[in-house]
Amino acid sequence: MSAELTHLTASALAAQIATGELSSVQVTQAHLDRIAAVDDLVHAFLHIDRDRALDQAAAVDAKRAAGERLGPLAGVPLALKDVLTYTGAPTTCGSKILEGWMPPYNATVTQRLLDADIVILGKTNLDEFAMGSSTENSAYGPTRNPWDTDRIPGGSGGGSAAALAAFEAPLAIGTDTGGSIRQPGAVTGTVGVKPTYGGTSRYGLVALASSLDTPGPCARNVLDAALLHRVIAGHDPRDSTSIDAPVPDIVGAARAADVSGMKIGVVKELGGEGYAPGVEQRFTEAVALLESLGADIVEVSCPHFDYALAAYYLILPSECSSNLAKFDAMRFGLRVGDDGVLSAEQVMAATREAGFGAEVKRRIIIGTYALSSGYYDAYYGQAQKVRTLIARDFEAAFADVDVLVSPTTPSTAFRIGERVDDPLAMYKADLCTIPSNLAGNASASFPVGLAPEDGLPVGLQVMAPPLADDRLYRVGAALERALEAQWGGSLLDRIPELTTLQEVAR
Amino acid sequence: MTPHAQVPEAVLSYEEALAAFDPVMGLEVHVELNTASKMFCGCSTEFGASPNTQTCPVCLGLPGSLPVVNAKAIESAIRIGLALNCSIAEWCRFSRKNYFYPDMPKNYQISQYDEPIAFDGWTEVEVDGETYRIGIERAHMEEDTGKSLHVGGATGRIHGADYSLLDYNRSGVPLVEIVTKPIEGAGAKAPEVAKAYVAMLRDLLRGLDVSDVRMEQGSLRCDANLSLRAHGTVEFGTRTETKNVNSLRSVERAIRYEITRQAAILTDGGVIHMETRHWHENDGVTSPGRSKESAEDYRYFPEPDLVPVAPSREWVEELRATLPEPPQQRIRRVSADWQFSELEMRDVLNAGAVNAIEATVAAGCSPQAARKWWLTELARRANENGVDLEATGVTPQQVAEIQALVEAGTINDKLARQVFDGVIAGEGSPAEVVTGRGLAVVSDDGALGAAVEAAIEANPGVADKVRGGKVQAAGALIGAVMKELGGKADAGRVRELIIEKLTG
Repeated sequence: MSAELTHLTASALAAQIATGELSSVQVTQAHLDRIAAVDDLVHAFLHIDRDRALDQAAAVDAKRAAGERLGPLAGVPLALKDVLTYTGAPTTCGSKILEGWMPPYNATVTQRLLDADIVILGKTNLDEFAMGSSTENSAYGPTRNPWDTDRIPGGSGGGSAAALAAFEAPLAIGTDTGGSIRQPGAVTGTVGVKPTYGGTSRYGLVALASSLDTPGPCARNVLDAALLHRVIAGHDPRDSTSIDAPVPDIVGAARAADVSGMKIGVVKELGGEGYAPGVEQRFTEAVALLESLGADIVEVSCPHFDYALAAYYLILPSECSSNLAKFDAMRFGLRVGDDGVLSAEQVMAATREAGFGAEVKRRIIIGTYALSSGYYDAYYGQAQKVRTLIARDFEAAFADVDVLVSPTTPSTAFRIGERVDDPLAMYKADLCTIPSNLAGNASASFPVGLAPEDGLPVGLQVMAPPLADDRLYRVGAALERALEAQWGGSLLDRIPELTTLQEVAR
Repeated sequence: MTPHAQVPEAVLSYEEALAAFDPVMGLEVHVELNTASKMFCGCSTEFGASPNTQTCPVCLGLPGSLPVVNAKAIESAIRIGLALNCSIAEWCRFSRKNYFYPDMPKNYQISQYDEPIAFDGWTEVEVDGETYRIGIERAHMEEDTGKSLHVGGATGRIHGADYSLLDYNRSGVPLVEIVTKPIEGAGAKAPEVAKAYVAMLRDLLRGLDVSDVRMEQGSLRCDANLSLRAHGTVEFGTRTETKNVNSLRSVERAIRYEITRQAAILTDGGVIHMETRHWHENDGVTSPGRSKESAEDYRYFPEPDLVPVAPSREWVEELRATLPEPPQQRIRRVSADWQFSELEMRDVLNAGAVNAIEATVAAGCSPQAARKWWLTELARRANENGVDLEATGVTPQQVAEIQALVEAGTINDKLARQVFDGVIAGEGSPAEVVTGRGLAVVSDDGALGAAVEAAIEANPGVADKVRGGKVQAAGALIGAVMKELGGKADAGRVRELIIEKLTG
């Protein structure tokens, strides 16, 4: 009973809660039970909000009992990436420096979830301050990929993606700065959407890189992602970069699932050498499938994408070096060495030494250097120029095609520990996803099968112009419908049962 | 010699310094805007609230919080720019100025760096009848920091303190920083020009109603850059920046002090170090602060949390059309209205008394009487206490009331001075002070008659002179009567009684 419940889609759960076939408390309890059963192994969660989640669920059930009309996802549980503030729960960003910090306000995304009667189960694990592509940089230990617990679940939103793949939550929220929603989505066989920059509010999202960060939906299927996207999207006066424009009809597009007549560009620069054969194969098959569904496929060149990774690793550290300056031990979070003898500066240094992990320190130092007066033009300034060129590549491409596609990641999930000593190899996991962040347009990853060589999920990335998020769902839903017909069900139906793995692991 | 002084003060006189060098000034004035809410959030900006009661996640810089620009602050900045004849940027951005400061919650300040909202303007000030044109480099927006209070140390500074308290009520209050181009050619008048400029700005900002411009509360603060160059040379010398000069008088004194200090060093063959300096009000000297060579690298970059500011041209023109009368124009107008002589008007300007006189006249006083009180009685008190003219504790309304009492014959000028004392001492309104101190003049003939008799008896020689037709000799008798009655006699009536008695 419980296992079946946790394997249902969010829209199915919501429908049954709305009709009274299931209560939200029942659904929530089933997911809490599942978390209790498997999260010791997966470690998707940093904080589980058992009592409050059940209270929320009971409140939804009471509303239904009182005859109130419920929203499309009312009563459905969700896992929230621990980089968004939620009062009453600690927000740690996967860092020691924020251990136990209780934010006094809700992020706009959090508030919109609560207003939509979505039940928040807890906060999910991530690479510290969302810096990483494997969730190994969390100060609280890595998350494991439910497909193979020796492997990474992607990063930085590995906790959110793993929670979905482990059936601990039917919905999750991630944040995508360079691929942190899409790349974990790809390597866990789930759907991850990075909305148009400014399409979802950053208020209450602890900033990694302000000009890149974008909260977005994570789900196990396209319609669930669209429903969740609609809940969190829309203008927020508290975020100056939030776009004051109507949200496109993403749910309609997800239901339409129609690519006939769509012009789809395959990005020449994202593929070929350096891409795992299984990734290439599943990607090529998916493109052929889209063509068979009536899409017009063309090859498109985006020449400046080759410089995207380099530009990204100057812009991101520059912004994060400034954004993280507030973690100074003075007003919140960790404080080390405050013995009444050390100066404020010494306490700050000791706290940062103890509170920040290696990757965070690395990026702060790179960013501080890149912004310094003698090097600004050579590094940060140059990177911004490249960023403009990448945006122009997209503009030129979107003048000819409706969407662009590529593999989401060059490889499937790598093994835990495999790339920890090689930051460059780690950064390459986000090779395909970074251009969309630099340009601010919409993009998403959809599962397209398992790589033959290792049996691990492969994702296809769809990129759309800013504010054309609906096109992502149109493509994703068409693919999903056709692929599930081939597979005879969801890709996640093929995931090994975690309890078995757990036994094997012991 | 004070502990702060770097060189003996008497090494070089001001005149000697100016004989050898031309001063070049650059003035940076920080203005706290009087918007109801802060620069990037909705918190109140009211002065004097209990610590940390006017804060939110945004102005506390809490993780996840984001700034949103206050449109009213943009409007005020544009109006300031327009009033200073600046160009208004069609498109500009905020930048982050990254540095650590204990009371700056984000550890960066949102400021404008290379894209100020207003730039390339000018204004004029008048000193001793001469007009000086002052170029305005830029007027840009930024947010204020919080305030620290260091408890337990001897100096009130962080070093040696037992602990520090932080108040973030001021954190995020909007500031506009107005930066001049180098001011050259003021010569020996440089200190007066600096003071006149700040006074003019204060009047202008008050006229625009964009700031409370209270220097003593820090809503108007001036940093004064000064360098010297030998006569006939073109290159600027090395400058120093004296921070946070907080009164008009201090602006003048600080510039004057830096001129002599730098001149003494240069004459002695020394070099000026580029540094910030602190102004010490009590000692009248500056002392070295941070050296600019080791200054932090602010790592400016465009603030990614804010979209650019692009004021529409229509809006800018609307704002231009509603600007109040410029101070210079106003001065020309009031001097025509008041019919002061050129010399009188110059004294008024030098004393910074235009506002005070205008307000006093508006309260019903004649211009000449208003000028008299502000430039004599009140200027003397301001000078004695080392405060600005408007900080003497007497309002223009009260000055008008005192003059009305004089004109009604209730008091004379001499008694009026005591009324000023009473008003300043908080004894109430001028009328209440007159009653409270029993200052009304004696004009009752009975009481005066006895004193007049006594005076005549005591001074027979003088009385004879008056009897003999030397009426001007009556002054001595009037003086005697005044002395007898403690100054509270109606002098006009005493004179009449004496003449009546001796010649009538």
